[in-house]
Amino acid sequence: MRSSGGAPPDLPFALVETVRGGIRLAAVDARAQALGIVPGLTLADARARVPELASIEHRPGDDAALLDWLADACDRYSPSVACHPPQGLVLDITGCEHPYGGEAGLRDDLAGRLARRGLTARLACAATPDAALALACHATADIGALPVAALSVDGDTHQALRRAGLRTIGDLAARPRGPLAARFGEALPVLLARLLGEADPRIVPRRQPPAVQVEARFAEPVARTGFVLDTLDRLVGEAAVRLGEQGCGGRRFEAALFRSDGQVARLAVETGAPARDPAILARLFRERIDGLADPLDPGFGYDLIRLAVPVIEPLGVQQLRLDGGAVADAELAGLIDRLATRLGRTRVRRLHAGDSHIPEQAAFELPVGDPAPPSAWPPLEPGEPPLRPLHLFDTPQRIEVLAEVPDGPPRRFRWRRVQHDVIRSEGPERIAAQWWRRRDGKGLTRDYYRVEDARGRRFWLFRHGLYETEKADPDWYVHGLFA
Amino acid sequence: MSRESSLLSALRTQISAPAEAHAWPFVATGSSVADARLGGGLARGALHELYAEEGHHAGAAGFALLVSLCGDAAKPLIWVREDKGERGDGRLHAPGLAELGADPARIILVTGRDALSVLRAAAEIVGCGAVGAVVIEPWGKAPALDLTASRRLALAAARSGVLTLVLRAGATPSPSAATTRWRVGAAPSGPLAANAPGRPTFDISLLRHRSGIAGFDARVEWDRDARSFRDAAPHRVDVGTPLPGRVFAPAAVRTVAEFGRRAA
Repeated sequence: MRSSGGAPPDLPFALVETVRGGIRLAAVDARAQALGIVPGLTLADARARVPELASIEHRPGDDAALLDWLADACDRYSPSVACHPPQGLVLDITGCEHPYGGEAGLRDDLAGRLARRGLTARLACAATPDAALALACHATADIGALPVAALSVDGDTHQALRRAGLRTIGDLAARPRGPLAARFGEALPVLLARLLGEADPRIVPRRQPPAVQVEARFAEPVARTGFVLDTLDRLVGEAAVRLGEQGCGGRRFEAALFRSDGQVARLAVETGAPARDPAILARLFRERIDGLADPLDPGFGYDLIRLAVPVIEPLGVQQLRLDGGAVADAELAGLIDRLATRLGRTRVRRLHAGDSHIPEQAAFELPVGDPAPPSAWPPLEPGEPPLRPLHLFDTPQRIEVLAEVPDGPPRRFRWRRVQHDVIRSEGPERIAAQWWRRRDGKGLTRDYYRVEDARGRRFWLFRHGLYETEKADPDWYVHGLFA
Repeated sequence: MSRESSLLSALRTQISAPAEAHAWPFVATGSSVADARLGGGLARGALHELYAEEGHHAGAAGFALLVSLCGDAAKPLIWVREDKGERGDGRLHAPGLAELGADPARIILVTGRDALSVLRAAAEIVGCGAVGAVVIEPWGKAPALDLTASRRLALAAARSGVLTLVLRAGATPSPSAATTRWRVGAAPSGPLAANAPGRPTFDISLLRHRSGIAGFDARVEWDRDARSFRDAAPHRVDVGTPLPGRVFAPAAVRTVAEFGRRAA
């Protein structure tokens, strides 16, 4: 499979790569091949033979990306598509061919689409993936006529087979397997069986086939976003019925919009709890489309829209409480799902207690719905003012401090170019580093002070390092702000 | 007869009142001065703007949190912030929230990339009746929060009954559909033993009141044990105490060894 994109229109061209200091051809097009240029030749030799040969640097990453893109586009034919690098794709089309009127129809449809993209490809259908790959590679329709090279055996075995006069798969197939295994190794009969369709190997698809999948195909591509949304709503309704039959709800819903030119747009929404209410799901999809950074580009239109539910969980029929409690919970869960769909899961968070005495590790945030250990907050002493700040800086901010004595409370400090006179202070609250960090002298002890300035602003300051014992000239930082 | 006529007139006023004026209960702050002037407290299901005094962002944020605590304790509080605010003003610190009397498990934090996404998320939240209170905190001037946006929020709040607080720092008051507008700053607290900073204390002034008379100042103090505000006792504030004559700057203190090295 070779892309002609970017190549001069009617000159022979080759992809070149640098091998051991020399520039060699990695791949050539049909025109160059006809002129006797083969891969492996140095560029200088090739140019000597065909001076007008165009050369493009070979980028294996681009090839892999193209293959991925094609595999995505092939999702329209079958849910199980596997990549066979560097240049093969295997589709398991069992039971998928009827919309195209059989295998031949599917093949024609695929060939037409590839040709429209300017891609040349060899297509083959066979009972097993190995056979299909071999038929496509060797451009034949008869398995018996395949050369023994079609078996992916190592060079020595290949040589031995040739010496024994076995040239085609047909020669091998006619022979009893026992002696073949004894002479050419255990792997050969296994590979042969897979090629001949005696074994039934499976491909490992790129995507796990979803638990529930519904789709809508259009005879003519549709380009109106409104129609796309209506179709999604309808598919969501169908999926909801299917989920209801199974007594399940989905946690993740993926819509794939297949453009007629092969581009695939994928939209996914997740819910915090299993859901199958079509109205809620349709609204989430609308949120998702509204929240897209780049709006949907329908190009020449979509000809297939598919909705898959890969993650499902049991969901019984909800019974409503008389006081409306369940309704309120569902309302809040719905709100959180909408926010998470619009902004991203990590932007809707809950606060949890961390098990540490170090202030910045005493709490952490997790997306709502993520499992977390139960948080235990220290009990409050009646009559005490708050001892921890409302806002904490991720990185403590350096300040200039004046104190009466070097290890005393601050009297005046300058933060963000503003002078603050301290009129009340309390401290120090000594917070030492963890013992395993204390040993190498990197974890310094912090002396925290709660201070209030003349205008009533309350700060949480600390001196980093004990004066003279840990550090000769400790720095001061503001770590948090009290209400 | 008189009973019937009074009933009729009551029904007439109920019908003639606009649909949005749903009678949501007030959130009593606990401060007798403020509650008396507001006619019972801050209206739930309405938009309230809190403008932080310059340099008093943390104080105003604390006041917003504490006002929301005065409301429905069972429903969650959602705090919507902007990424820039998270970086510039510091993150909300869960132990600090707990020490002010809030339950961190009841708080949901939402962050938006910019003011517009904050406002969109806020509109979604304010419309949800399962939420107790929401604090909307766009960063800086936030021109996206104009009269239209605030009107939209106010209408959604009136329908759902969510106590909606808009926290502004570094912004000048602009026309809005808010029911009340406040200027909030931290105030010197009543000192504890050994001159330690005391309970959170705030200076609040009502700048604008849609259905009442604006213009009063109050100093309120948060009583964590009662989960309510109270009027702060006036106490002496010794502003501008001269520093004692001899002041060591820690940066200026050098060890003898260091001086020796410098001399050598």
